[in-house]
Amino acid sequence: MTPLKNVTLARDHVRTGSGRSLRFDRRTLLVCTALALLAAVVTVLSIGTGRYALGPWDVLRTLAGNGPPGADFIVLDLRLPRALDGLLAGFAMGTAGAVFQSLSRNPLGSPDIIGFGNGASAGALVALIILDAGAPQTALGAVCGGRATAAAVYLLAWKRGVHGYRLVLVGIGASAVLGAATSFLYVRAEIGKAAQAATWMVGSLNGRGWSDVSIAVLGLVVLVPVVLLHARRLALLEMGDDTAAALGIAPGRSRLVLLAAGTGLTAMAVAAAGPIPFVALAAPQLARRLTRSAGPNLLPAAWMGAVLIAGADWATQRISGSAILPVGVVTGVTGGVYLAWLLLRERRSGRL
Amino acid sequence: MTATTDAPATDRDAPPARSRTSLRAGGLLVGLLLLIAVAAASLAVGSKQIPLHDVWTGLFDPSGTENDAIIRSLRLPRTLIGIAAGAALGVAGAVMQTLTRNPLADPGLLGVNAGASAAVVTAISLFGVRSFGIYLWCALAGAALAAVLVNMLGGSRAATPVRLALAGTAVNAALFGYVNGLQMIDMGALDTMRHWSVGTLAGRDAGLLVKALPVLAAGALLAMLVARPLGALSLGDDSAKALGAHVGRTRVLAIAAITLLCGAATAVCGPIGFIGLMIPHAVRAFTGPDPRWMFPACAVYAPVLMLASDVVGRVVVPPSEIEVGIVTAFFGGLLFIHLVRQRKVAQL
Repeated sequence: MTPLKNVTLARDHVRTGSGRSLRFDRRTLLVCTALALLAAVVTVLSIGTGRYALGPWDVLRTLAGNGPPGADFIVLDLRLPRALDGLLAGFAMGTAGAVFQSLSRNPLGSPDIIGFGNGASAGALVALIILDAGAPQTALGAVCGGRATAAAVYLLAWKRGVHGYRLVLVGIGASAVLGAATSFLYVRAEIGKAAQAATWMVGSLNGRGWSDVSIAVLGLVVLVPVVLLHARRLALLEMGDDTAAALGIAPGRSRLVLLAAGTGLTAMAVAAAGPIPFVALAAPQLARRLTRSAGPNLLPAAWMGAVLIAGADWATQRISGSAILPVGVVTGVTGGVYLAWLLLRERRSGRL
Repeated sequence: MTATTDAPATDRDAPPARSRTSLRAGGLLVGLLLLIAVAAASLAVGSKQIPLHDVWTGLFDPSGTENDAIIRSLRLPRTLIGIAAGAALGVAGAVMQTLTRNPLADPGLLGVNAGASAAVVTAISLFGVRSFGIYLWCALAGAALAAVLVNMLGGSRAATPVRLALAGTAVNAALFGYVNGLQMIDMGALDTMRHWSVGTLAGRDAGLLVKALPVLAAGALLAMLVARPLGALSLGDDSAKALGAHVGRTRVLAIAAITLLCGAATAVCGPIGFIGLMIPHAVRAFTGPDPRWMFPACAVYAPVLMLASDVVGRVVVPPSEIEVGIVTAFFGGLLFIHLVRQRKVAQL
């Protein structure tokens, strides 16, 4: 049994002799590789930034195990988990954003606009402040909060089918309610917990360690394959339920699986890094402009999300010097400006 | 609009003029009574409960007891500020909803309050301003900029509720991100601004109100002046012109009124959302859509909601308090979802 016999490699597909083939898009592949490289470069630069500054070369040598003395602890125990956490959370947020935007057929249907981020942070605060939970339970609270919010928003927007704009508007309302609940818990908490809670409200990578990274890895390993296996169905669902059903997929079940996986990815990203705003909105849009291909663009969006968070984190550390500023502040400001620009464009082309 | 709406929408299906006027006047009267009741509650309720009898003597016949001091120096300013700011936000919301013909408009949702607070926070932490007179002007400038910006992003005359809500979300996100960032960098400023930036009536000095009052009064006057032409504008620009309204001038004056009201209210008590969303919907039930009745009714009912939310915030988690902005955002968000669900997609 040699599956690699008679393998033909063409411009846009690989075909094996046994009748299996894999289609790929060259431009998409290039974009993914470039984004992955960019993410790696930014991560190395970001690890080198801080009070104890290291050159990129020193960072690489430390990662390989023979760096300058004293760098081991700083790089491996403090800065590497933080950087990895950001990368993985960005990867998850980018994927989830692409899934949701594709399902709602609307660039504004991304999880942070429709309130999942706020839901997850409310869940985290309930666990942290009311139930007095430790780090893993707080993360679990974030996951539960995100899921419950997703279900509630979806049901509230349901009225003989879910219309994209109603979903967005219900989400804006839900964000306000949950934001109020979050601020309530925040103001009520004692000062030590309030400081902990603050990172759950803005989205911050400060003080993230290997336990956060393991949460992120766990979520990605389970959920990303599910999403990728359903990628073709997602692309077909974009054409409308009737067409999708005619092409041989069950629209209702596929949508449910994709929604569950997308919500799970969002909640897990929030558990690992807090509700960093606008990454899920911007990453798929930017990726689509780079690949210039239709469809959900899952992997390019995922890598773009990783680049965005890594870049924002690096920028935050450069701006504030001592890394006090949470990364969510930077993505919030730039994301708001980006959303404004997106609105202008959508209006000019008459789509909104 | 069809004849099946609750509110008397057109003169055709409205009750005869006299009973309608008495309905409106009755509504206003009920509102005034409610206002007196919540004002009394706001004076009496708190971490120290004061009997109503002592409230009365404290107000009109003070004898220097501890209760008198609490009422005169803490609760009276707080209540008066709540009334003024509540009325301002309610009227601003009504002007906004009429101007944009948009049932989902609200100064908090559409980013005007965020503009005012971003300007104030900038003044405090970057320029070290500590004088309320200067905050006030910063807040007005910020509110004006945000109002114009959201109007532009939303598509000015071609605006739909969805576009405006999204434009407001974008502006809110960018501005609140900026406010959060500044607060985190400047810890000293964080301490003075932490409670203000959620929106609160607590700990505000009566002197602030005195300084903001002329601006609030000017805004309210302007709103009443444009009430009539705004009513004409809600029929569409062409009909409004035919009825003799100046379309451009009315729009500019209405935006100026919104700016004055929201800017001054935000400068005094921080960004408080959703009052301007909820109240116009409630009062339309008895005033109908006519702005000449709706604006004054909002001015009476909005402070009722503001003070009631403040009192709720004081009693829910004794001995601490919840900021009024948190209470209004919670209930306002629920109402917003309800409104969105009620409408058909075509109307959005």
